[in-house]
Amino acid sequence: MRETVLEIKGLTTQFRTRRGVVTAVDGVDLTLGRGETLGIVGESGCGKSVTALSILGLLPKPAGKIASGRIFFDGRDLVTLREADLRHIRGNDISMIFQEPMTSLNPVYTVGFQIQEAIRKHRHMNKGASRTEAAKMLGLVGIPEPEMRIDDYPHQMSGGMRQRVMIAMALSCHPQIMIADEPTTALDVTIQAQILDLIGRLKDEIGMSVLLITHDLGVVAEISQRVMVMYAGKVVESANAEELFGNPAHPYTVSLFKSLPKIGGRKGTLEAIPGVVPSLLNLPKGCAFQERCFKAQSRCRQTPPWQEIRPSHRVRCWKPVDQ
Amino acid sequence: MTRFEALRDLLRNWSASVGMIVIALVLVVALIGPAMAPYDPIAPAPLDRLKGPSPAHYLGTDSLGRDIFSRIIHGSRISLMIGLISVTISLVPGTFLGLLAGYFGGWLDSLIMRLMDMLLAFPAILLAIFITAILGPSLPNTMIAVGIVYIPHYARIVRSSVLSLKEQLFVQAIAHLGGSHARILGRHILPNSLPPIIVYATLGMGTAVLQAAALGFLGLGAQPPQPEWGAMLSEGRQYIQIAPHVAAFPGAAILLLVLGFNLFGDGLRDVLDPSLRSQ
Amino acid sequence: MKRSPPILAAEQLTKHYPLKTAGFSRRSGIVRAVEDVSLTVLSGEVFGLVGESGCGKSTLGRVLLRLEAPTAGQVFFAGRNLGAFGSSQLKKFRREAQIIYQDPYSALNPRQKIGRLIEEPLSIHQVGTRRERLDRVHWLLDIVGLQPDHAQRYPHEFSGGQRQRIVIARALALNPKLLLADEPVSALDVSIQAQILNLLEGLRAEFGLTYIFISHDLSVIEHIADRVAVMYLGRLVEVGPKGKFYNQPIHPYSRALLSAAPIPDPTAQRNRVILTGDVPSAVNPPSGCAFHPRCPERRDICPTKVPTLRQISPGRWVSCHLR
Repeated sequence: MRETVLEIKGLTTQFRTRRGVVTAVDGVDLTLGRGETLGIVGESGCGKSVTALSILGLLPKPAGKIASGRIFFDGRDLVTLREADLRHIRGNDISMIFQEPMTSLNPVYTVGFQIQEAIRKHRHMNKGASRTEAAKMLGLVGIPEPEMRIDDYPHQMSGGMRQRVMIAMALSCHPQIMIADEPTTALDVTIQAQILDLIGRLKDEIGMSVLLITHDLGVVAEISQRVMVMYAGKVVESANAEELFGNPAHPYTVSLFKSLPKIGGRKGTLEAIPGVVPSLLNLPKGCAFQERCFKAQSRCRQTPPWQEIRPSHRVRCWKPVDQ
Repeated sequence: MTRFEALRDLLRNWSASVGMIVIALVLVVALIGPAMAPYDPIAPAPLDRLKGPSPAHYLGTDSLGRDIFSRIIHGSRISLMIGLISVTISLVPGTFLGLLAGYFGGWLDSLIMRLMDMLLAFPAILLAIFITAILGPSLPNTMIAVGIVYIPHYARIVRSSVLSLKEQLFVQAIAHLGGSHARILGRHILPNSLPPIIVYATLGMGTAVLQAAALGFLGLGAQPPQPEWGAMLSEGRQYIQIAPHVAAFPGAAILLLVLGFNLFGDGLRDVLDPSLRSQ
Repeated sequence: MKRSPPILAAEQLTKHYPLKTAGFSRRSGIVRAVEDVSLTVLSGEVFGLVGESGCGKSTLGRVLLRLEAPTAGQVFFAGRNLGAFGSSQLKKFRREAQIIYQDPYSALNPRQKIGRLIEEPLSIHQVGTRRERLDRVHWLLDIVGLQPDHAQRYPHEFSGGQRQRIVIARALALNPKLLLADEPVSALDVSIQAQILNLLEGLRAEFGLTYIFISHDLSVIEHIADRVAVMYLGRLVEVGPKGKFYNQPIHPYSRALLSAAPIPDPTAQRNRVILTGDVPSAVNPPSGCAFHPRCPERRDICPTKVPTLRQISPGRWVSCHLR
């Protein structure tokens, strides 16, 4: 049994908008083990990114707020921490990489400067030592001739390289957890393969845990040990990767798999999920998926229970799909 | 954003609401005021010169004994007209030039924008004085002068909108469908350029009133005995020491109207700014 | 093999752009977006065009439909040379070939009701009376799965998937024979992609349309295309029927591309060919075969000579010195 490095209980995050209060994350539980990759998968608006931002206290203020729940890391509840303490954890113990490396990197500073900034802040090295360390990190993430590239500006690098720089920055302080929010969505498929491979290798070398957030089921299947599926703010299914892909139980997961065009898959019409994701301001009573669900019943108007149907395989559904 | 939603947001914005109230007030005064004004704004009454505010004359009288309250009421019509006409004179050619420059680019763009730059190089008031001097001092000429001075501002704003709209997919789509330049400009680019134009035009009305008042103050605008607020300000200058109300009240009227336009324009900009839209 | 006449034929199509010098930088050069491309598209087929960012597939699509003039080469539509078309002939050609765009959020004028939007092509070409046009708009809304009263609404009132349906309806308004679909589902949620793919496939079958389908997503192409063409840095590197291509890709780049595609199945066997390096720039393409710096099978001849696209078996074309 792995040691637990992050535990989230009942996280609820809300946003105040002009049209009312939106519950972007509704009662999410999550455990992340040491050295494990947990994939959080879902479509736009399901709350996966907001969950990640909540962990690090990066919600847009004043609109966004953690309404309730606890996030246990390193013996402390991150929800109750002061900003100063959170800042110490960010980039140091828990780091994050984002989808668009161009907008996450400061265009007026060199790449080396930005990595060194993170290193000097958290690891208290002097200028010379931090530069050497930064070059080492760039080499570690596979950037050729790192001692020369260290003085490049972000716009002088390609998308794939910039993402590597982001990873280097995220790893420079040897964090326990790396949160990767759609890290390869903006990248080409061949570069994506390189980056996923890199994340996997580094994770093993450093003994880091990874929280991978993505809408791409293929990416999740590539590198995750466990997977959580989110829909309209709630976790609807969670299991080991092989179990989830082999025996999906929640009707949303099942329908999603069926609607994917797959190389070598069945021909003919795809089994599309009818309808659209409901607006978070206008969720149906009970299960959010009922209006599109092929197994919907009247009971679905009551919030379904979170139940364990097989070892480590949990579903939020009244009538999960049988195998 | 539908028109309904835009209106609702506008009413919720305090700046726009206050501005709207002020403008509405002036509008009402301009429309029905002259019929209800207690005194003739033009006929002199030498026996009542420079009287302070009293129940007979709410805002006092000026150097020729005319009731300032009535003059201000009549002047409101003039000021609103100045705002409207000057802005129209700026807006129409300015928008047209901006559309051409932004859409076709190349030498046409360079030519038009260099012309605009030349106009912009002069301080507004100097240019207005120059034009009025050529055309002769009168209220209509003031409106024309102020109108011409601000053409480059509209041209620039519109050109900037057009440049970014040109790259939008929905504009290119019309070209891909076989649409003509005229159609693209008229039905797709122009309507989407409107928000900044509207905001600028609203704020521009305030500016036009101020500029016309300045010209009137210099004697280049409305000629006596017209009760234009700027001219009234000028007439009252000599009596600041002994009868400050003669200049103060027209000044306050100008302030109020310009403030109204500015508040409304600012509120409008906040509402129409896409980054604040709730979509 | 279908014996239909080619609806579109391209011969040695080349498109270069001058590199814009921004501000004070004196960088000059030519972006070689499309280089010496020859292909035919058969009537009624789905011709899939696949490649990563910067490979020139979107540019090729635009040049094929004469949305931009080529720098060199010709395009023939139904036997007629598009280069010889005057402006009125070109305008008539727009009725026969239309485009479905990638981004449904910016492809529709936000200030136009969608009824007018869909009617616009008809009014541009002065087809029918007002009454007839309105009837046609209602019919078009119906075949893409929307309601007639939707015609009174504005684009922002619709979801991404619905907006894409509107884009499709507008593209079909003039009864075209050929549709260029440029990444039509890439910007949509996974569960909506299936709906739109089904719609496109259904419309093709019902109206006998021909598609040039551009995508970076190999599983989407595999699902919908009849033939597949792979582009790399402006050139075609492989063309072939879908089944044979996916079963046994020939060009080393095609193999790498296919092996890099993430598979939504954790248990699947992965024979990853991980390419080294980044996608090169189209301003300074490598000498000889543009792929040689990254090619795992590179030989001495590769940097010296540009390979030509040759038919190595019926219907299969490859551009490689080693095949």
